[in-house]
Amino acid sequence: MHIQLGGIDYAILLIYFGFVLSIGWILKRYMKGSTDFFLSGRSIPAWVTGLAFISANLGAQEVIGMAADGAKYGIMTSHFYWVGAIPAMVFLAIFMMPFYYGSKARSVPEYLKLRFDEKTRGLNAISFAVMTVFSSGISMHALARLLETLLHWNYNFSIAISAIIVLVYIFLGGLTSAIYNEVLQFFMIVLGFSPLVILALKDVGGWHALVQKLSVVATDQHFAAGTWTDSWKHMGNYAQNPMGADWFSMVAGLGFVLSFGYWCTDFLVVQRAMAADSMSSARRTPLIAAVPKMLFPALVILPGMIAIALHYSSGKTFLPLGADGTPDYNMTIPVLLAKYMPTGLLGVGFTALMASFMSGMAGNVTAFNTVWTYDIYQSYIAPSKSDTHYLWMGRWATVFGILVSIGCAYLARQFNSIMDMLQLVFSFVNAPLFATFLLGMFWKRATGHGAFWGLLGGTCGAAIFQGMSMTTGQPIGLLKGGWLAHSLGTHMFTYNSEMGQTLWIAIVAWTSCFVLTLLISLATARNKTDDQLKGLVYSLTPKPETAHEPWYKRPVTLGIIILAATVVLNIIFW
Amino acid sequence: MNFDLRLPIGIMFSLFGAILTIFGAVSNKEIYEQHSLGININLIWGIVLLVFGLFMLFLALKGGKKNGPPKP
Repeated sequence: MHIQLGGIDYAILLIYFGFVLSIGWILKRYMKGSTDFFLSGRSIPAWVTGLAFISANLGAQEVIGMAADGAKYGIMTSHFYWVGAIPAMVFLAIFMMPFYYGSKARSVPEYLKLRFDEKTRGLNAISFAVMTVFSSGISMHALARLLETLLHWNYNFSIAISAIIVLVYIFLGGLTSAIYNEVLQFFMIVLGFSPLVILALKDVGGWHALVQKLSVVATDQHFAAGTWTDSWKHMGNYAQNPMGADWFSMVAGLGFVLSFGYWCTDFLVVQRAMAADSMSSARRTPLIAAVPKMLFPALVILPGMIAIALHYSSGKTFLPLGADGTPDYNMTIPVLLAKYMPTGLLGVGFTALMASFMSGMAGNVTAFNTVWTYDIYQSYIAPSKSDTHYLWMGRWATVFGILVSIGCAYLARQFNSIMDMLQLVFSFVNAPLFATFLLGMFWKRATGHGAFWGLLGGTCGAAIFQGMSMTTGQPIGLLKGGWLAHSLGTHMFTYNSEMGQTLWIAIVAWTSCFVLTLLISLATARNKTDDQLKGLVYSLTPKPETAHEPWYKRPVTLGIIILAATVVLNIIFW
Repeated sequence: MNFDLRLPIGIMFSLFGAILTIFGAVSNKEIYEQHSLGININLIWGIVLLVFGLFMLFLALKGGKKNGPPKP
């Protein structure tokens, strides 16, 4: 498929990137020390950090991937938002942010050092640094591939242009530049994609016609008629829905382990809140983010649902078909853009799409340069240098990080399976993290040894369970699982879909880490006194005082309102 | 930091809004038959973007006055 951009579309694209680069240029003079560069001098108002908080996550994977999932699974995809993200964001705001912001830790790994010990920080910092440069490379590769397919742009040219733009604005303006551009991108996505959704919904005949058309999609794939439009009704059993997940694995695996693990411990998002201008703003950051996040399914999942409905009612010609005859779900958004956007508006929509790829990269790069400079360089390579030196290192870490990302992009292009393998390993590393933080923040008895070995154990637990489980129809092997049970000849856990398998791997990883950390902590001596843990553990930290603030600024009040609204959304689309 | 983010947001979206509105007013109606169900979405959405951009500019200028002129 091919999209033809007109002169006016290119003009919009150029104006946008002109603004992006100018923001970096203007911010350059504010970058006086390392705190300005890595933490925005802790001076950003809550509405800006809040919008940057979701925007940093609103990368390519979100926009392209959620539309693809909307087509593949229907409205059940909303569980990523209404079961996954929102409760985790409220938890982060109310319970965890006081420790992150209050401890004055400059990064998530640094919090682990203060709370546990050096080796736990080292493990987290190094694995996180590696993951961010790879993720940024994967984003870059995905963008270049998409531009190659849609606009016939040269792959190398796309890589170069996206790398240079991101490099320039972060090199100049650091985290502030990334945050400001994320806010710009947030409005681009919302305002650029809304007309697309409105036109597509009008074309399909409105919500009721969509429900009717999607029942054809469901029955054609041998599911109950409402499977694409009811979010909970068909989750009693994993065989009743295309996700292959039942309500328990959904709530425990996605809602608890994966979502809390991502939103509450991933430095990429938490860094945005740490840049806020006060404790109150830091706590409101995820809550402000939660409001638009709650409504995003309409912007990113609904288009996928409309596309699959039109695909079926058009005699399966709407979406391009892959080699195996199933629709190429990743082309959902590009197809809709090409179909509904006339030149002019197409420029806005296409720019929004490109911006989302780049902010995905930028988020990773800013998280990388901070963790590299503070948690690896300053801790192990060159401690006690001047602040100017670390600012200098941060700038060059940005260059270095982007160069490595470019390498990863080309690696992904050559050896797709290496990338799949790496992403699998990352998921093993990430899954147990939340158990460590939960015990660390709420149980003062948890020790450094417990945390370190618990994390390693959780990752091994994930790998072992992956080796003992498989998805029907997938080959047994390192990538798709089952290798261990196959070679040992033991029981194999079999799932209907990769999603079901992934959720259970996460549950096993989390539980192994939780139990191991608990047992090893009890068996080892405490390495931090109560006094050292003040500000780091719930029971030893004075609660932040919010009584003097108006109700709409109090985290608990806001959190309750947001959770109630989420419950209502779940019930409406039950 | 004396840099109000609402200012660039306001300028950029006013600019995009103006471009789309003018283009929508002068462009050939055929492209809308092909793409946007016959609706002149450039004109409509151009106005939406323009209103949003001007509103952001209004907030930025109002906020700027309240805080006094930026210190050198």
